[in-house]
Amino acid sequence: MNGRGKMALYVVAAIAALLIPQVPMLQPYLIQFAFLWVMILFAMTWDVMGGQMGYNSFGNIVFFGVGMYATAVVQRDLYFTIEEYANVAGGEQAALTPVEYLTGLALGMGAGGVLAVVIAAVLGSGILGLRGHYFAICTLGLGIAAGELASGWDYIGAGSGLVTPLVPDALGERGPFFFYLFLVLAMITFAVLKRLYAGQFGLAINAIRDDEDKADALGLHATRYKTVAWCVSGFFLALTGGAFGNLVIFIDPTDVAFAGPTFGVWMVLMAILGGKGTLWGPVIGATVFHITQEIFWTYLFGWQRVALGLLIVVVVVFFPLGIVGWLRERWPQRFGEVVDEDARRGQVSLEAER
Amino acid sequence: MGNLEILLQAPIFSVQLLIDGLLVGSIFALAAYGMALLWGVMNIINISQGDYVILGGYVTLTLYNAGIHPLFGVPVAAVVLFIVGWAIYRAVIYRVVDRDLFISILATFGISILLQQLMDQIFGADIQSAESGLGQIFLFDNQVTVSQIKLVALAVVIVVGVALVLFFKKSRMGQAIRATAQNARAARLMGINTDRVYAMTFAMNAALCGAAGALVVMTWVIQPFIGLAYTIRSFMIVVVAGLGNIAGVVAAALGLGAAEQFAAFLLGAEFQIGFVFGLLVVILLVRNMVLKRQRQVLK
Repeated sequence: MNGRGKMALYVVAAIAALLIPQVPMLQPYLIQFAFLWVMILFAMTWDVMGGQMGYNSFGNIVFFGVGMYATAVVQRDLYFTIEEYANVAGGEQAALTPVEYLTGLALGMGAGGVLAVVIAAVLGSGILGLRGHYFAICTLGLGIAAGELASGWDYIGAGSGLVTPLVPDALGERGPFFFYLFLVLAMITFAVLKRLYAGQFGLAINAIRDDEDKADALGLHATRYKTVAWCVSGFFLALTGGAFGNLVIFIDPTDVAFAGPTFGVWMVLMAILGGKGTLWGPVIGATVFHITQEIFWTYLFGWQRVALGLLIVVVVVFFPLGIVGWLRERWPQRFGEVVDEDARRGQVSLEAER
Repeated sequence: MGNLEILLQAPIFSVQLLIDGLLVGSIFALAAYGMALLWGVMNIINISQGDYVILGGYVTLTLYNAGIHPLFGVPVAAVVLFIVGWAIYRAVIYRVVDRDLFISILATFGISILLQQLMDQIFGADIQSAESGLGQIFLFDNQVTVSQIKLVALAVVIVVGVALVLFFKKSRMGQAIRATAQNARAARLMGINTDRVYAMTFAMNAALCGAAGALVVMTWVIQPFIGLAYTIRSFMIVVVAGLGNIAGVVAAALGLGAAEQFAAFLLGAEFQIGFVFGLLVVILLVRNMVLKRQRQVLK
């Protein structure tokens, strides 16, 4: 397929996604779709680090939570005093006009994004110096420490959480509003990442994944690229978090914002399931995961988290390539890779001997 | 931080905290030694380490609820966890031993979630503990209390530690494990069944954790979801002490136990877990800085 054909395909897919709310049959499920876009955002942003750069982060959830809290705090402090807010949070919420609501949301998400970039840059200068499993476990600790910190900080509601404003009626129902919000966010993220991966940045972080010392020795500013990659990942994740806080209305420090055992693990699992280090892998993985989760997990009555653990083990041990990775291994030509048949045959015979 | 003043005015409190911390730390040493063993021999970082501890605790708790004294839980939990560890090795771990480190981290992370949720389903999410029925010892004019069960726990840890050292020195299996840790391929050439060695190592690690868990449930509390904190503690201790250094592991574990007690007293108990995870980040960063400086000297 040539470039123009591909472009047309993307446009058609985008229009098809934008038209989903017009289909009467799907209208009751718009919130479900919004959650699906969130899952796709999770997997895509994780893949910048874990897939493309080979830095397996368990702590990306930090940016999600930071974005969520930053947005909620900006929304709160922009139009309310804290006392007022504490009073309304229990029962009736003060109504915001659409303009006020949208300004608050936009400013909040912006602030969250900036804050996440700052945090990624500051933390990154130290933590990104760690390699391999040290990095993985350090970020794991970071995610949980952030959750514990948030549950002890009174300004952001401590353990009792924070309530976000409701969408004003004038903006229509929640379903379509969040559907479009997350869809547009996911599309922008996808486009930006696609553009980044295609250029020098993509080559640089792939080089870091393949052999960081060699890349460094060849004059690549590895630390700079690593930090930028973390900032990109954190920025989009913070935007997602900001909007997600408004979608779920109530922010709990450890179950929603810094939800390491659920969202934090899901992002890794989804990216690996789809095929890490590929453009479409996270999207496909997130879709498959979300659909399976919604269809089957309702019937498991509390055992679904047991099933999650099992699923991680099975996917990681038996299917580490992921869906797209497997397809790529199977039909490399379709992915634009040139296959040297002789070399391949040699490799196959080597594997047979083993 | 208001508690700092109390500590300054009544220094005897710090003796209390120190003793408590050292006794708790001795239990950490067991789990940490298991982690060092796995890391050194199999090159696996086991995220599910802490969940074996908690599982050992629940085994003991089950015995306790059946009317048996929890001290019998120590050997029983070790045996049960040995079997569980062997089964987990045969089901999952042997497939990831020689592969990318991240695969083993993620696979054990999956096992960790699986065990947590299973324990949650079976035993419930409540905080539980087993009462040993032993009394307290009073020191310094009754200003410092030490519960006897913690001293018993210390004794158990010492006995297990000595037994381990003897096992590695004297027994055939212990020697085979040490040989495999040094060079797996050479060990295989010398006729050592490394697969069996790995299975034995993994099962022994689980058994150590199980014994530690039995002590935790008697001296402290258990809950299905706090396993990860024990994993992180073990990891920290091993990072500070280095691999294959049993004295270092013990020293680091005692230090961590004491540091945690002081942090919990000064910052408030709700920040204890946060302190553990924060300390992990700090330790890793400091370690990295030190290594970087050493590399620069080498240039």
